Amino acid sequence: MALSTSSNFAKPDDAFRMIVEAHRGLDDAQSGDLDAALVLILANHIGDIGVLRDAITLAKRQVIEAVQPSQQ
Amino acid sequence: MAQQTKTQFGYRRHPDQDRRETDPAHHPVVIVGAGPVGLSLAIDLAQRGQRVVLLDDADRIGEGSRAICFSKRSLEFWDRLGVGDRMVDKGVVWSVGKIFHGASQLYQFNLLPEEGHKRPAFINLQQFYAEAYLVDRVEELSAIDLRWRNKVIALEQRNDHVVLTVETPDGAYRLAASHLVACDGARSSLRRMVGAEFAGQVFEDQFLIADVKMSAEFPTERWFWFDPPFHAGRSALLHRQPDDIWRIDLQLSPDADPVVERKPENVRPRIARMLGHDKFEFEWISLYKFQCRRMEKFNHGRVIFAGDSAHQVSPFGARGANSGLEDAENLGWKLDRVLRGLSPERLLESYHIERSAAADENIRESTRSTDFMAPATNQEARLRKAVLALARETDFGKRMINGGRLSIPSIYETPLSTPDVDAWNGGTRPGASMPDAPLKDRSGQSTYLTDAFVAAGTRFTVLAFANGAAPDVPNDVGVIRIGGGDFTDAAGLLDARYDAAPGSAYLLRPDGYVAARFRHPTRAALEAALARASGLN
Ligand SMILES: Cc1cc2nc3c(=O)[nH]c(=O)nc-3n(C[C@H](O)[C@H](O)[C@H](O)COP(=O)(O)OP(=O)(O)OC[C@H]3O[C@@H](n4cnc5c(N)ncnc54)[C@H](O)[C@@H]3O)c2cc1C
Repeated sequence: MALSTSSNFAKPDDAFRMIVEAHRGLDDAQSGDLDAALVLILANHIGDIGVLRDAITLAKRQVIEAVQPSQQ
Repeated sequence: MAQQTKTQFGYRRHPDQDRRETDPAHHPVVIVGAGPVGLSLAIDLAQRGQRVVLLDDADRIGEGSRAICFSKRSLEFWDRLGVGDRMVDKGVVWSVGKIFHGASQLYQFNLLPEEGHKRPAFINLQQFYAEAYLVDRVEELSAIDLRWRNKVIALEQRNDHVVLTVETPDGAYRLAASHLVACDGARSSLRRMVGAEFAGQVFEDQFLIADVKMSAEFPTERWFWFDPPFHAGRSALLHRQPDDIWRIDLQLSPDADPVVERKPENVRPRIARMLGHDKFEFEWISLYKFQCRRMEKFNHGRVIFAGDSAHQVSPFGARGANSGLEDAENLGWKLDRVLRGLSPERLLESYHIERSAAADENIRESTRSTDFMAPATNQEARLRKAVLALARETDFGKRMINGGRLSIPSIYETPLSTPDVDAWNGGTRPGASMPDAPLKDRSGQSTYLTDAFVAAGTRFTVLAFANGAAPDVPNDVGVIRIGGGDFTDAAGLLDARYDAAPGSAYLLRPDGYVAARFRHPTRAALEAALARASGLN
C-alpha cells in the first residue's frame, strides 16, 4: 500500500480542529507527550511499515526545508 | 563457588616446547581461548575426529558476573557435545518474563508457549559452571590438548598456515597450525595481530551488576522494571540463578563514579530498597559499560574469529555467549570437512556469510533494547514514555516495550541452501534451524527429534516422512525415518512443524539447520543439495 496524500476527510477542517483542540490547555511538555502517544497510536493503526516510512519521509522533508529556507 | 566444581588447573610443560624455534610442531587446528566458545568448538571438532590444541592464557575459570541465560539452541548444541544434561540439571529453567513500570506490572511473556521440545526456552546457569562442565568434557576427550597458561603473543600468517608465538611460565615457544580459531574474547589480541581492530556503538549509561545470595520467594521468572519506585528514572532487572543466587542489574547514569558505585556499602542500600530487606550477601559486584560492534570480516586467511572476539553485544537479550555458541556449531562441521579434504576452503566463507549476518541481527536487537532503556534524546524519552503509558491499556503498546528481546537463532540467507521448488505450507524453510518435536522410537519409547539427530551421527541427515518406499539416500548421510516402522510422530507436532506430507524429506546440515527440502526426494536432488551445502558447487 502507498501513502495516501489525497484529501481523505469529508471535512478536513473538522479533523485539523480536533487535533488542535486536543492540545488546548496543555503546556509544551504535555503537548509533546500527547503528540508522541498520538503518533504511536496512529502508526499502529496503519500497521504498514512502508506507509510509515513514506509518512516519515514526507514529514521530515517539511522540517528539513523549514530550517534551510535559503536553499530553495 | 560450590566445591564439586573444579576451576583451578595446572600448567604442564608440553614436548612442543622443546622443539627448535625454526622447526615448530605443526597441528591441523589450534583454538585460542578456553571460554564457552573455544571449549565447545574444541569438543565438537574432537567428536568429529579432529585433534585439537586449545590454548588459554589463564589457569583457572574466571569468576564474576558474566552470562547466566543460556538458550534452547545452546542447550541443543551442548546435548550434541554430551554436556546438555549436566547444564540443565544444575540450571534453573525459565520461560516467563514480566515487565513492570513504576510499581505495577505491564505485561508478561512466555518465550516457549508451545509443548513438545526437549529443552526449555532458557536456563539460567552461572557461566563458570558452564565452563567447568565443558572443561570436564574436554578432559574426557584425548583428542583435545588443552594447555593452560599458554598465551599467544605473536602471529605470523603464511599462505596455508600460521605460526604462533606462545608465552608460558617456561618461556616462549612456537607452534604452527593449518587453521587457527581465535576465541579469545572481547579484548582479543589476535584481532589486533591481524590488524582488524573495530569500532562500534558504546552506550554511555553504566550498569551495576550484582549477584547476591539470599533465600527468596520470587518465582523463576525474568523481572524487568522501567522506572521502579526503588530506583527512580532508570531500569532494573532481577533474575534467579542456581545456589540461591540472584542476578540484579541496575542502570546507572553515565557520570556515576565506578569506584564509588562498586563499593558494597553503597550497593547494599540500593538493593535493600529493591528487595525490601537486607538479608542478602554479595557474591560479586561489577560495573559495566556495554558496546555493540563486530569485525568486518570473521575470516582472515587461516585465522577465523568466533564468539566475543568477532562480535560484542550488550547483555539485554542474552545474545553474547549464545551467539558465540552458534558460531561454534556453525564452524565445527565446516572446519572438519575442510581439514579432511572433503570440502574446499571456500566452505569456510559461508561461516562468515552466515554468522556475520547473525551478528548484525544480534547487534540490531541488542542496540534497540539498550536504546529503549537509555533513550538518547528528550524526544526518544518522550516516545518511550508514551509506549509505557499506552501499554497499560493497549496490546500494541505492550508489544513495543523493549526490555530485551531474548536470543533466538537466525535464519540464514546462504549459498549453502537449496531454494524450495515445491509448495510448502509453512514448515521449516532452508536456512532455518530444525525445530524439535517429540517422537516415539521403534520400541515405543519417548524420545525427541534432537536426540534422533544425535543418534543418526550429528552429520548430514535426511529426515524422511515415509510413504512406503524408503528414500534413496546418498552415502555417508544419516537417516531419520518417520513412519514405516521406525520413529512415529505420536503427538503430531513433527508433522505440524515440518509440513510433513508423506514422501517429503528434509536434508539437515550437521549443525541442525535445514539445507533443502523436497516433496518427492530423488537421489539426484539430494546429491545436488548435499554438494551445495558442502560448498562443492
Ligand atoms: C554482565 C554480563 C552478562 C552477560 N549475560 C549473558 C547472558 O545471559 N547470556 C549470554 O549468552 N551471554 C551473556 N554475556 C556475554 C558472555 O559472557 C560472553 O559473550 C562470553 O563469555 C563470550 O565467550 P567467548 O568464549 O567468546 O569469550 P570469553 O569468555 O571472553 O573467553 C575468552 C578466553 O580467551 C582467553 N584468552 C584471551 N586472550 C588470550 C591469548 N592471547 N592467549 C590465550 N588465551 C587468551 C581468556 O583467558 C578467556 O579464557 C554477558 C556478559 C556480561 C559481561
